[in-house]
Amino acid sequence: MNSPELAQKRLVEIISRCNKPSVLRKVLFSFFLLVFLFAIYAFITQLVKGQIVTGMRDYVVWGIYDVNFIFFIGISYAGAMISGILHLLHVEWRKPIIRIAEMITVISVIIGPVFILVEMGRLDRIFNIFTHGRIQSPILWDVVAITTYLSCSILFLYLALIKDYALFRDNTELKIPKWQRYFYRKFAATYSGLPEQKKLLERALTIMSAIIIPLAVLVHSVLAWIFGMTIRPGWHSTIFAPYFVIAAVYSGTAVLIIAMWIFRKFYHLEEYITEKHFKYIGTILLVLAALYGYFTFSEYLTVWYGSQSWELEVIYKLFDFTDYGAWFYLAAFIGVLVPMLFVGLPFLRNINTIMIGSVVAVVCMWIKRYLIIIPTLETPLLPLQDVRPEYVHYSATWVEWSLTAGGMATFCLFFMIFMKFMPIIPIADISEAPENKEFISEKL
Amino acid sequence: MSKKNKKDSSRRSFLKNGFSLAAGTILGGGILAACSKEQEPPAPGDKVKVLTADGKLMEVERGHALCCNVPSSVEVRKGIPGRHFVMVIDLARCRNARSCVSACNKMHFLEPGHEWIKVFLMQDSEDTTPYWMPKPCFHCDTPACVNVCPVGASFKRDDGVVLVDNERCIGCKFCMAACPYSSRVFNWKAPSFKVDAKYSPTSGVPQVVGTVGKCDFCPDSFITGILPDCVTACPNGVYFFGDKNEDVVTNGVESFRFSELVKEKAAYRYMEELGTRPNVYYLPPVDRRFPVEEGFENMPDSIKPAYQVKRAHLKKFKI
Repeated sequence: MNSPELAQKRLVEIISRCNKPSVLRKVLFSFFLLVFLFAIYAFITQLVKGQIVTGMRDYVVWGIYDVNFIFFIGISYAGAMISGILHLLHVEWRKPIIRIAEMITVISVIIGPVFILVEMGRLDRIFNIFTHGRIQSPILWDVVAITTYLSCSILFLYLALIKDYALFRDNTELKIPKWQRYFYRKFAATYSGLPEQKKLLERALTIMSAIIIPLAVLVHSVLAWIFGMTIRPGWHSTIFAPYFVIAAVYSGTAVLIIAMWIFRKFYHLEEYITEKHFKYIGTILLVLAALYGYFTFSEYLTVWYGSQSWELEVIYKLFDFTDYGAWFYLAAFIGVLVPMLFVGLPFLRNINTIMIGSVVAVVCMWIKRYLIIIPTLETPLLPLQDVRPEYVHYSATWVEWSLTAGGMATFCLFFMIFMKFMPIIPIADISEAPENKEFISEKL
Repeated sequence: MSKKNKKDSSRRSFLKNGFSLAAGTILGGGILAACSKEQEPPAPGDKVKVLTADGKLMEVERGHALCCNVPSSVEVRKGIPGRHFVMVIDLARCRNARSCVSACNKMHFLEPGHEWIKVFLMQDSEDTTPYWMPKPCFHCDTPACVNVCPVGASFKRDDGVVLVDNERCIGCKFCMAACPYSSRVFNWKAPSFKVDAKYSPTSGVPQVVGTVGKCDFCPDSFITGILPDCVTACPNGVYFFGDKNEDVVTNGVESFRFSELVKEKAAYRYMEELGTRPNVYYLPPVDRRFPVEEGFENMPDSIKPAYQVKRAHLKKFKI
């Protein structure tokens, strides 16, 4: 069977499997939609009453909105780094999972910045950034970096989709609504598998993956610099940018594993997303966990040993069990060791444990971002005096939690909507002959 | 030339006659009277109503009433040429009377819990006695808050003052995170005070919801030769305000040569090793006039617990 026929066959099989009516999916969709709508309600409450409804006050000026922002931008590394690097290295087994990775990237880069908008006191003046923008401010670097990153990720995702859209366009078996066919025809952009077209597309994808990797590094570095450029303890650190980048790839990889597990399970894609994928990506996760642990150790050891009093105040808030101790040890040890052990020890290593390890990693990375932002803001240089007691400690309110839940729900909603328009497995790609003959033995 | 001189002298005599909008204190030596020299003379015949010091309402030419020359937005951002405003705070005189705090709140229509001036109970080490330390904005010469502002809502003027334009501020709060002295506060909700005034960065009134506020050295007062409200409100003369270039600071009663005062009393700037170059100088709490305990008398109950929150961790780990 030659590859276009095989591709069409697989297309019909996968699409019909994914579009099979399912009660669970409908229930989940409505649930996510409800959470999303409730978040909209919370946001309107905040708009009407002002940010007094949040837990943020004069000292802790950034709350979990910022945590979510860093978290989502971190997740976006799945597509950028994993898919980009594997593409450049021509790793053959990457093919079935790159679509999921790139979808994670685009969706999270759309959701992340929304939290920054929500956190702004005057959303109505957002355009001042363009009319009065000052390039000295790291916030402007962030705006430039994230908009570039988002457009490049969308382009990267789209370029990889062209072949699949051509498949849809040429398909006669599937029942596709007229408007959707029109959409596929337009977006397939006259691709018909000619050798020149293939070569051009391949080159474009290589260029995009070469662009998107440094771009992703830059985005998270700029994000780290928003904190690093201030002279606050716990933030003003030279390793903050690489630390953030490593943390981001770590959480991105973990989310990719979770997504792979879910899609494999619910759409029965065992044939395409195999145990080997989990083991390979799991190994990457293990290396990243080790790197992340190393950065954490290095960061806190130097600060603690140096013992400047302002720095120590934050450090002891993190180390002390009566304060943030439990959370800190959870994020710094459990969040690193559990994924490492689950992937590293052969008798523990299987698809489910790797997935559990990833969940632990993702949760701990969210906590870690919380621990970066809040304890530092709760520790000003001058003592916390002459303030109302409610200003001293931060605790997020229902508005903030609803918006956080709304962000997560929107992430899932976007996935469900995106799936309607793009196959979750790059069908055209996996049906092609391997790029590199050496990898044929892997049978992917 | 003669015409200009005549105008100036008429302004001086006007000031000498003691007219001013508020019944505030005229700055020692009239050092600020010349502030408006550079401004365009208004057209004659344009009258405004002013309140005299003894409470009478009278009509004078607009040109005579310096206070009514509203500076343009360019002037607001440039400041008064040739000036460099500084503040000296004498810690030996402070007993946390909190008159500065309430005067500032009143003048700027600040919500309770939203003070621009904070008073800290400081203790430099375990062996030294504590003292009260009022803290306005330090109006740093290399302000971290201005550097990080993405839209230029925070700006540094040529006369040394750092202001916030609440009509441009987007409320990102980066300046609050960047300021090492926590000088900035945020308007978390719409102000409950109804103020019938057009907003200007120099007055800071009315407060704008969703934007950042901070001590502004009261530019609307000093442009007319009136001291900031915290200076005049303080019963103990803790605050001295003045011009570094003219080398005079005053608390409304006593005036000093700025350079001599900071030299003789060994003034310091709080944590200037952070590289911020503040414009607020502290005179060390030597020969204190009041016992430190008196400071707790005027304190509202709502903030008392905060003073018990010491740097607990440093104590516990014996640092």
